[in-house]
Amino acid sequence: MSDEARDIVGDYRYGFHDEDKSIIRFDNGLSEQIVRDISAIKNEPEWMTDIRVKAYHHFVEREMPKWGNPEILNDIDFEAITYFLRSTDATEDDWKDVPEDIQNTFDKVGLREAENTWLGGITAQYDSEAVYHSIREDLESQGVIFLDMDSGLREHPELVKKYFGKVVPHSDNKFAALNTAVWSGGSFLYIPKGVHVEMPVQAYFRINAENMGQFERTLILADEGSSVHYIEGCTAPSYASTALHSAVVELIAMDGAKIRYSTIQNWSNNVLNLVTKRAHAMKNSTVEWIDSNIGSGLTMKYPAILLKGEGSHAEVVSVAYAGENQHQDTGAKVHHLAANTTSNIVSKSISKDGGRSTYRGLLQVTPKAHNCRSKIVCDALMLDQDSRSDTYPTMEIGNSSADLEHEASVSKVSGDQLFYLMSRGFNEQEAMGLIVNGFFDPFTRELPSDYAVEMNKLLNIKMEGSIG
Amino acid sequence: MRVMPEEILNISNLYVSVEGTEIIKGLSLTINKGEVHALMGRNGAGKSTLANALMGHPAYSIDSGEITYNGQQLEELEVFERARAGMFLSFQYPSVLPGVKVGTFLKKSIEAVSGNPIKQRDFRNQLKAAMQLLDMDRTFLSRYVNDGFSGGEKKRLEILQLVLLQPTLAMLDETDSGLDIDALKIVSKGINQVAPQAGCLVITHYQRLLEHVKADYVHVMVDGNIVKSGGPDLAHKLEEQGYDWLEAEA
Repeated sequence: MSDEARDIVGDYRYGFHDEDKSIIRFDNGLSEQIVRDISAIKNEPEWMTDIRVKAYHHFVEREMPKWGNPEILNDIDFEAITYFLRSTDATEDDWKDVPEDIQNTFDKVGLREAENTWLGGITAQYDSEAVYHSIREDLESQGVIFLDMDSGLREHPELVKKYFGKVVPHSDNKFAALNTAVWSGGSFLYIPKGVHVEMPVQAYFRINAENMGQFERTLILADEGSSVHYIEGCTAPSYASTALHSAVVELIAMDGAKIRYSTIQNWSNNVLNLVTKRAHAMKNSTVEWIDSNIGSGLTMKYPAILLKGEGSHAEVVSVAYAGENQHQDTGAKVHHLAANTTSNIVSKSISKDGGRSTYRGLLQVTPKAHNCRSKIVCDALMLDQDSRSDTYPTMEIGNSSADLEHEASVSKVSGDQLFYLMSRGFNEQEAMGLIVNGFFDPFTRELPSDYAVEMNKLLNIKMEGSIG
Repeated sequence: MRVMPEEILNISNLYVSVEGTEIIKGLSLTINKGEVHALMGRNGAGKSTLANALMGHPAYSIDSGEITYNGQQLEELEVFERARAGMFLSFQYPSVLPGVKVGTFLKKSIEAVSGNPIKQRDFRNQLKAAMQLLDMDRTFLSRYVNDGFSGGEKKRLEILQLVLLQPTLAMLDETDSGLDIDALKIVSKGINQVAPQAGCLVITHYQRLLEHVKADYVHVMVDGNIVKSGGPDLAHKLEEQGYDWLEAEA
């Protein structure tokens, strides 16, 4: 274990918070008026206000999901949540203009260093809105639009109106409705035809205030033959009370485009992370969700890809770590709607100290979708007797030409593996760390190297403490 | 002038059991620095049990007797502390570590045993020399530890670790079994490289390893104890006559 990791008290190093110096903070609780106030304070066009209000009413009427973790879901007090908080007057493009404590926070989470070394652009969201934004000039000059979603709506209303809610309608589920009603922040990214964005762009979502609800909304459009790698990271302070993070992410990969969307989710354990992510993949396009869930008390998230165009390809590589008081209910949904489409799903989960991980997957092949191929691999590793792992794979296969492979395994760390590693000088915790990093290797090798290192460090920290 | 032998390992009247069954029954053995001890005997005689018990495998319980390693009571040390104190076991069946690359594993292991980080350049140089000695291909390094390895590849990786970790006490549990003659020669090179600075306990079924590794002592185990000790001649005799005459004596 590195010295850096050793210095950290407890197993979550982003649990600090800044003093709440918000310039606007709405009263806790949700009503149609709150929804209208959010829209008004952002000076939104009427059509967006209408979408929000409609979604709000759907949210109120819509039942809670009956799967995942109904106990926790039914316990959410929506009246105890803050739905909008403004920290700064504007989204700055120079860190010097961002309040110092917020600058420091984004320094501590490593965003500023990454910005300076290998990212093509970043958006830093702090509670409800982006406080900082940058994009490399060469990308801008090629016509790449990368903005926070509020700015996206202001500057490109026609594009937003055309695609907003088209991939994830507000009526999709209760939390998609909630997000549509109160959304704030998130990313708007458009890649013009044929443009390949070589350096990844990143959004970082930081919750700071207590009882906060963060509802970012992201829309990524990759035009024909373009490609982009978008990364999101997130952390939050550790509070005793619940925070709610409920995002909606919509991706559209036009013909021949490629979108890779990587997530390093590391919320504190008091955050409920209830997210809807979905992509449309057109002809010969590729969509990849590289999704990690390390933090949060409960995550329910099943990145989906609709393979709408012939020859399109879906890739979902996900890892989940469920430690004490954590339930990671995650998975993937792939719909083969067109012929000659392919998909590859790899899911890896680790449960430890009574943590619970659930894989919930859907693979659909419609009758029209001839000659599809899909491979699903689900591996669960349990580090002790108290932990739990469940797998719920669903397959709806309507076309007999489909070529499907499905492998699932649940394993435990063997005493022989531990003995072997310990005989090579590793203590038990270091040995566990190596086994866990190895287990997640198919995921981490998909990440840019800086983040792969970060990810392994995170996991090593998680391995500290209770073993032995 | 004779130099006083430097004692590395002293085992005195050792009893070891596995799940309540006594396997080692009153064994004594001393290994000094620079000595190679070959331990021979039939399957089930207790050879591997001895090696595993010395390394500290939790399934092997030391019921009585005393083991000192470099003057220290071995029982006081955890498995990883034994490794850090210079003990090494080449496993008969090394574990598969999915997702853990050989290169990463070796570097981290050197650092764990020495307690210090190693510079990437120094590591590369040490690795290069050791892999040349053992005629190993660089592609090894990016494979996962023992994952999909042939028997011979596993044994070679064990010997590579032996050479890199430079232990004070090297125990080799049937590292020669299942190897063809070329692989056997390579494995022997590794052992011979480490032997002068270490005490070696080489467990083997076959005399042929001893054609390449010069053993100072040959011990024969029967039913949990050493029943005969001698020089290399003893190994020849076993090769020719088998174990029956010893068992009769015992």
